Amino acid sequence: MEEVLFFGSAIGALGGAVGVIALRNPFYSVLALIVHLFSLAALFLLLTSAFVAAAQVVVYAGAVMVLYVFVVAYVGGGGESAWEPIPGQRFLAPLLGIALFVELSVAVLSSSLLALGTDGPDVEAGFGDPAAIGTLMLEKFLLPFEASSLLLLLAAVGAIVLAHRRREANA
Amino acid sequence: MSIEWYIVLSALLFSTGAVGILIRRSPLVILLCLELMLNAGNLALVAFSRMVGNEEGQVFAVIVMVVAACEVVVGLGLIVAIFRRRLPLNVDDLRELRG
Amino acid sequence: MSATAWAWLVLLFPLLGSIAIALGYRALPAKAAGIIGTLSIGLAFACGVAATISLLGDEPHSRHHASSLWDYASVAGLDIKLGIFVDPLSLFMVLVVTGVSTLIHLYSYGYMQSDEGYHRFFSYLNFFVFSMLLLVLAGNFVLLIVGWAFVGFASYALISFWYRRETATKAGMKAFVINVVGDIGLVLAAFLIFREVGAFDYGTVFERAPEVFTTNEWTITAICLLLLVGAFAKSAQLPLHTWLPDAMEGPTPVSSLIHAATMVTAGVYLIARTHVLFELAPTAADVAAFTGLATLLVAGTMALVMTDLKRAIAYSTMSQIGYMIMGVSIGAYSAGMFHLMTHAFFKALLFMAAGSIIAAMANDQNIDRMSGFGKAMRFTSITFVCGALALAAFPSTSGFFSKDEILAFAEARGGMYVIFTVLGYVGALLTAVYAFRLVFRVLPGRPCAEAQELIDTGHVAHEAPKNPATGEPEDTDVGFPGAEHHIAEQNWPMRAAMGVLAVLALVGGLVQVPDVDHVITNFLHPVFEASIFEHIHPSPRAEWIGLGIGGAISLLGIGIAYYFYVARAELPRRLEARLRPLHTLFVNKWYFDELIDFLVVRPALATGRFADRVFERFVVDGLVTGTAETVRGAGGVVRAVQSGFVRSYALLLFAGFAGLALYFLLAS
Repeated sequence: MEEVLFFGSAIGALGGAVGVIALRNPFYSVLALIVHLFSLAALFLLLTSAFVAAAQVVVYAGAVMVLYVFVVAYVGGGGESAWEPIPGQRFLAPLLGIALFVELSVAVLSSSLLALGTDGPDVEAGFGDPAAIGTLMLEKFLLPFEASSLLLLLAAVGAIVLAHRRREANA
Repeated sequence: MSIEWYIVLSALLFSTGAVGILIRRSPLVILLCLELMLNAGNLALVAFSRMVGNEEGQVFAVIVMVVAACEVVVGLGLIVAIFRRRLPLNVDDLRELRG
Repeated sequence: MSATAWAWLVLLFPLLGSIAIALGYRALPAKAAGIIGTLSIGLAFACGVAATISLLGDEPHSRHHASSLWDYASVAGLDIKLGIFVDPLSLFMVLVVTGVSTLIHLYSYGYMQSDEGYHRFFSYLNFFVFSMLLLVLAGNFVLLIVGWAFVGFASYALISFWYRRETATKAGMKAFVINVVGDIGLVLAAFLIFREVGAFDYGTVFERAPEVFTTNEWTITAICLLLLVGAFAKSAQLPLHTWLPDAMEGPTPVSSLIHAATMVTAGVYLIARTHVLFELAPTAADVAAFTGLATLLVAGTMALVMTDLKRAIAYSTMSQIGYMIMGVSIGAYSAGMFHLMTHAFFKALLFMAAGSIIAAMANDQNIDRMSGFGKAMRFTSITFVCGALALAAFPSTSGFFSKDEILAFAEARGGMYVIFTVLGYVGALLTAVYAFRLVFRVLPGRPCAEAQELIDTGHVAHEAPKNPATGEPEDTDVGFPGAEHHIAEQNWPMRAAMGVLAVLALVGGLVQVPDVDHVITNFLHPVFEASIFEHIHPSPRAEWIGLGIGGAISLLGIGIAYYFYVARAELPRRLEARLRPLHTLFVNKWYFDELIDFLVVRPALATGRFADRVFERFVVDGLVTGTAETVRGAGGVVRAVQSGFVRSYALLLFAGFAGLALYFLLAS
């Protein structure tokens, strides 16, 4: 059962990823990413990380993607021309991607970290619960938590500055 | 499924995102590929957290999500600003730093 | 004071004179420069006389003193001192050089009067005398080479004295380059001497030479041949003689001093000084003797057809030095030095008289245009004839005794050397003919225009000065006998000098009349007493016969000249037409200049051109600009990476990351 779910979600994730990079129309790419994100949420659930899965769906697929949809609607979904100005880019990029993947896989698979081959240790029932995450955030990781909220503030201010309409320099 | 599978999948998604960044020319789509890479990282983090047995990796993943959100906000703001100034939305047009 | 102290003073006075005139060039009035110059040489002569008197007070066997001021270099087996060597030979040269130089300075005092470069002239002239004295007084080979080089430089400075004249500067360069060739020979000889004997100073070298070298060993022969290269370059013997006729571009006092009496005799002095080495290398000595003989004859033929007065006298110098070289090479040392002395007298006189005549001709040196000066310039003609008589070895003149002494010695040595006597007499005949050719062409006959003007008005003709060789106008700003020319009749310093020399030319030979007195031989005996030729003395009978033959030949030569140039004046032209090829050969100086041009100058220029066009451009430039171009090219390649495309930067980023990961994977 677990394998079926895993492979299904994996195919969804991969499909979405390939869709993002391959589809011409940016709107379709956004949709593909949403599919990808949902598949990832499923994978998180398989890894008994309930909170992260929920956050993924609500924050990422919900808020961030909506933002994207708004912008794509505003900007318009123009495709890119087929001609590539940088010689060799179209050839080298997939090659590098494959090389990267192969290296990372080799690194992981031949690693002496034996625990990678297991399913992980047995965990108690509340693993991955919001309570557990919350406790950690407010106790051990308080500083990163506060820092990330500061970061959100900065991002909001930055967005406002960027969106600010230039006033004409008269009067 | 052993943890290896998740890590290898994460590697595959990461490379896909990388290829996308190198190939696509619209800044919007490049940002999307960036999201792909971040999410691949998240997957790896959560898988390792399951392997180790505590939730610290998941906390890390949540904060990565926060960072990704901020970055998307600013990036999209940039794109809107470019569009409003009627400049073409093409990463290749930023060529002034050539040697 | 000791002889060496006087000798140091001999060196000091000309040097001081040169420096004083050079430094005080703006402050000193012209006359003062001339007086300082002449006086310093006169003082040097006086010190030379004092040194001789002091030396004669010594025992004959100990009449050689070395004295040094300081050590030049005393390291690694080298021991070079700034030292002089005083013995009869060097003092003889000192007396001749300073004596004749004083008279020439006196002459120049008057002759160069209206020249813009008066101070420069006397400074250079004094420096020249200093260098020549350094050469003859040097006590080791290093100082000899120093003096040798200085003399070469002084000659160059004085030949191209009128430096705006292109012919003069070219002649100066030619003389200098040929002299440098001689210098090379001399330096190499000094190196070889040091290598074999281990010392540079005369005393050590001449003492140890017989022990170190066996007769006719190749090292000693090489040394002597190299010394000969130096001697021939300086003394204008074949084949390094081509500079001497061109050196007549210099002012006449220069020709008279340097190219008659002093510098060109340096080669003779060298061979006499190193006679110990030459006696160990008879082959080299024979080479020298035959070269002297060849020069003697070839120069004689050339002098026979020269139409330029000074050049004709220059070839005569070459020929007479051939006699001297021949003399000292076959062992007639005192005879050779005697001839050196008498030659200095009459040759300097001849040049002085020629200078006076040329001044009267407004600097035209072509004898074809000269005639009738016998009437126009009495004093000059008389002195000219005195010099010519001595040159032609007219009986009882100085040249008569000196030339025949050499030839008698050659005959006494016997064997192959009789050739020298026979051909020497042939040369003497040639000498007499060409000497009186000059006399009979210039002095008697109907006065030419300039001479006529002199007779009528007492005025020296002058037109805007022109270079006699090329006809281009002269640049009188920097020194050229201005608009004024000075002839002896109107100038007492010139007359004084010429008068003294005329007397010496006529009676100077009486110090060495065979069987009567041997002043010079006795004086020089301590130097040459160890020579293997000391025992050779022509018998008095042979000497008188030789003198008789010499006198007869001289009179015959004068008679032939009279016949050709006075009695039947059209004969030379007909002879020339009949013997046209021979005449052309002689007039073109036996094509030596062309030969040297072909063998040496053209290849050198071609090498220079090759170096410039090929080597410089491709190799040197190639290396330098090639390096620059390579760097630029490499930079260009690297620059191509900065395309400005963000995506290509990203590609490179990922590529680098992939490479790094690969490295770490492989390394682990």
